[in-house]
Amino acid sequence: MTYVPLTDAGREEMLDRIGVSSIGDLFADVPRPHRYPRIELPQPLSEMEVLRELRELSERNVDLQHSISFLGAGAYQHYVPSVVQHIISRSEFYTAYTPYQAEISQGTLQATFEYQSMICALTGLEVANASHYDGATALAEGVLMAYNIRRAKRRKAILSPRIHPEYRDVVRTYTQGTEVCVIGDESVDVDLGELIAQIDSDTCCVAIQNPDFLGELESIDQLRALANAAHAHDALLIVVAYPIALALLQPPGAYGADIAVGEAQPLGIGLNYGGPYIGYFACRKAHVHKMAGRLVGETVDVDGQRGYVLTLSAREQHIRRERATSNICTNQALCALASAVYLSALGRTGLRAVAELCYHKAHYLASRIDALEGYELTTRSPFFNEFVIRCPRPASEINAALLSAGIIGGFDLSRFDPRREAEMLLCTTEVHSRQMLDRLVHALEETR
Amino acid sequence: MKGPEPLIFELSRPGRRGSSVPSLDVPEAELPAELLRDDLPLPEVAEVDVVRHYVRLSQLNHAVDVGFYPLGSCTMKYNPKMNDAAAQLPGFAHTHPCQPDETVQGSLELMYRLQEALKALSGFDGISLQPSAGAHGEFAGMLVVRAHHLANDDQGRNVVLIPDSAHGTNPASTAMCGYETLEVRSDERGNVDLGDLARHCSERVAGMMLTNPNTLGLFDEHVLEIADMVHGCGGLLYGDGANFNAIMGIVKPADLGFDVMHFNLHKTFSTPHGGGGPGSGPVGVTERLAEFLPGPVVGREGTRYVLHCPPRSIGRMKAFAGNFAVLVRAYAYIRTLGATGLREASEVAVLNANYLRTELQLSYPIAVDRICMHEFVLAGPPANADEIHTMDIAKRLMDLGHSHPPTVYFPLIVPEAMMIEPTETESKETLDQFARDMRQIAEEACTEPELLKTAPHSTPVRRLDEVRAARHPILRYEPEDPPAAI
Repeated sequence: MTYVPLTDAGREEMLDRIGVSSIGDLFADVPRPHRYPRIELPQPLSEMEVLRELRELSERNVDLQHSISFLGAGAYQHYVPSVVQHIISRSEFYTAYTPYQAEISQGTLQATFEYQSMICALTGLEVANASHYDGATALAEGVLMAYNIRRAKRRKAILSPRIHPEYRDVVRTYTQGTEVCVIGDESVDVDLGELIAQIDSDTCCVAIQNPDFLGELESIDQLRALANAAHAHDALLIVVAYPIALALLQPPGAYGADIAVGEAQPLGIGLNYGGPYIGYFACRKAHVHKMAGRLVGETVDVDGQRGYVLTLSAREQHIRRERATSNICTNQALCALASAVYLSALGRTGLRAVAELCYHKAHYLASRIDALEGYELTTRSPFFNEFVIRCPRPASEINAALLSAGIIGGFDLSRFDPRREAEMLLCTTEVHSRQMLDRLVHALEETR
Repeated sequence: MKGPEPLIFELSRPGRRGSSVPSLDVPEAELPAELLRDDLPLPEVAEVDVVRHYVRLSQLNHAVDVGFYPLGSCTMKYNPKMNDAAAQLPGFAHTHPCQPDETVQGSLELMYRLQEALKALSGFDGISLQPSAGAHGEFAGMLVVRAHHLANDDQGRNVVLIPDSAHGTNPASTAMCGYETLEVRSDERGNVDLGDLARHCSERVAGMMLTNPNTLGLFDEHVLEIADMVHGCGGLLYGDGANFNAIMGIVKPADLGFDVMHFNLHKTFSTPHGGGGPGSGPVGVTERLAEFLPGPVVGREGTRYVLHCPPRSIGRMKAFAGNFAVLVRAYAYIRTLGATGLREASEVAVLNANYLRTELQLSYPIAVDRICMHEFVLAGPPANADEIHTMDIAKRLMDLGHSHPPTVYFPLIVPEAMMIEPTETESKETLDQFARDMRQIAEEACTEPELLKTAPHSTPVRRLDEVRAARHPILRYEPEDPPAAI
């Protein structure tokens, strides 16, 4: 197979025009001993054969169309209305590049502006950028931004241990070449009060997740106290939040967060074994010049007609080079479009309804499991749609038994903490019917 | 249908709904009253509103499925549709990243095969598919360089050498690793200036980031000497793989002395750009650096595939394993073309660029007059068109309607630069049409300069006021503000 439309006659004509006799002559600058090496790859196949081979490969997976799953832990199975795939498959969106030439990129630019506006609406903050690679990198960029806002003079970044472990790992990866000192998450059992106690004049930011990695929600009083304590020391509060929960719960902007970040995959993007996803990023307007990533702004053209452009790019690498706020030079544009379409289709009432379904189903399931002999709900109320249960046996054994019943169980917490061998984190969303929830309860009872 | 499209918020009417949600089939739990929000200012629109609005927006975009897109350094090749069919196979699309390895053996095998294919093409010994984009791969790669020196207790290396022709991401990625950047000059043939490089080589050098072919579209004539010089002072050579589309099957970067390189799967391996992302930027390294790669990577234990973290890994670059759906597309492309097809792609990318260069050199000055690789750089408007700038040419191209403009004002070392990358998937007829358009514009630049300076005339909006956008930023819809002009 080839995607090259070149003909033999065309090749000869072009070579002639260039003034060389063969294509090989064009590569004279490549050191001869290394030119045209042997490349060991399988023989090419036709489209039909490749798709057959890949379908067979894909069928070795256990997928969520053929089994029920209760996994969450940073990636969420929500129903994606058909309009989303339809719109993002439009070639004009799908095969465009970065909107560098605004006059012929208004589709991408306006959709991104709408996405930014919707993220502001969800988070209760004034500015949102065009997105980051995922929730974890958005958090890392938030920490670096706080560090830079305080002119690299305050080194402490306090992370709650209740932030997704992989997010905390990414913060450490991103900050390893800087003076930032990541603290706060050495022990799992730290509450907001203990985080507050660690804030001092060397702190650039304190970051929490709400609902946290284990599903629990903090009280508004505690959240406000944390924000006040951070601000009293001139530090920033960063909140990682599940965007569907924000349709129901008070947004980070309402309780004093300076930066809100998170994974927007639940807003219309498929699970795809972990990517591509999309990190949303919002902050207060005062900090916009220190923000990383692309921003779309409204303006007018020479005729006074409204239009959209990439703006405030003096922050970015292609202008500022080594003094840029970040090296990021893309966003997850197609995912941002998917989120904008999803949020438009769900709208004000639909998104709230989805959030309530998540909440009620989680509480139903949690109470049913808690009532089973040998199982115990260990998550404190209130929680949103994820909760922890302690099992009578190692979670890995329970999950293996569930799998043979066609159920992918909860997230095995021993993966991050060997002491939690018997605990799993379960997640429900609107995709779970009561019958599916009851099936899990029954299967857990059977595998006690 | 022309004219401005309202914002989706402006189409909102109270009570309208664009989707249906299942009814509650479990008992209601009490909601935590003090935590609830009272307002959610999202639009209320019908499904038909959503579809018409976004379809109309889509029609305001140029795209590679619509026409020629010769953006230099971006490799806007055609995106084969079967790749999407592969990524949408239910077994791939509907798997959760936290599923146990034994339930995702198909996904892991695909990732393993892609790692092996990238090794075969590049000559590297270790690959991590974690990074989400080219710049993300650069950051990962330079952290690997840093980890290598720290592991050798070589703390004094705090400088990275970067040619003046480099992408802006190179110095920015370097700075994120805590390194200082030192710029190395280019010579008059567009190569790294060896004398300048020699002056900068010292025991302070952690490494050099080199794009080869470089952003002038030229293969550095002294690449082996450069590698020797950087290695000679104890540094590592990083390859910016943005231009890998020129050399697939032609030369392996590891054979030239590169120690680390990132790949842009969304450029070289044909995955769609989606309006600026998502991409994928795997990083490849030589054997001695493999232990530092970002994890997880996919390994094989007998017939089983497993995710594991390299022993002295720099850590994770993102949550979960990688941009998997992009990886599927890239693998499908490699599997379809094989070694011969990939080599042909690079050969024709270079042939197309040289043909277009030859045609355009008749009307425009060229930055460096040499055989180019997959792209070339023009040094601005025709000599006798004094009033005209590169931006005017770019805007006028939009009026002619056949093509997206080239990359403009980059690389920075060429004033008024126009960087043109046709890619291998364009026919001679398309290249000829572009050459005709550019010739016409060259003539207009002398005879009717106003036509260029006021271009574009036929696009959905005309030149936009970027200064106003930056001075008075409007970054979201706010209902209390009257729309600027509609």
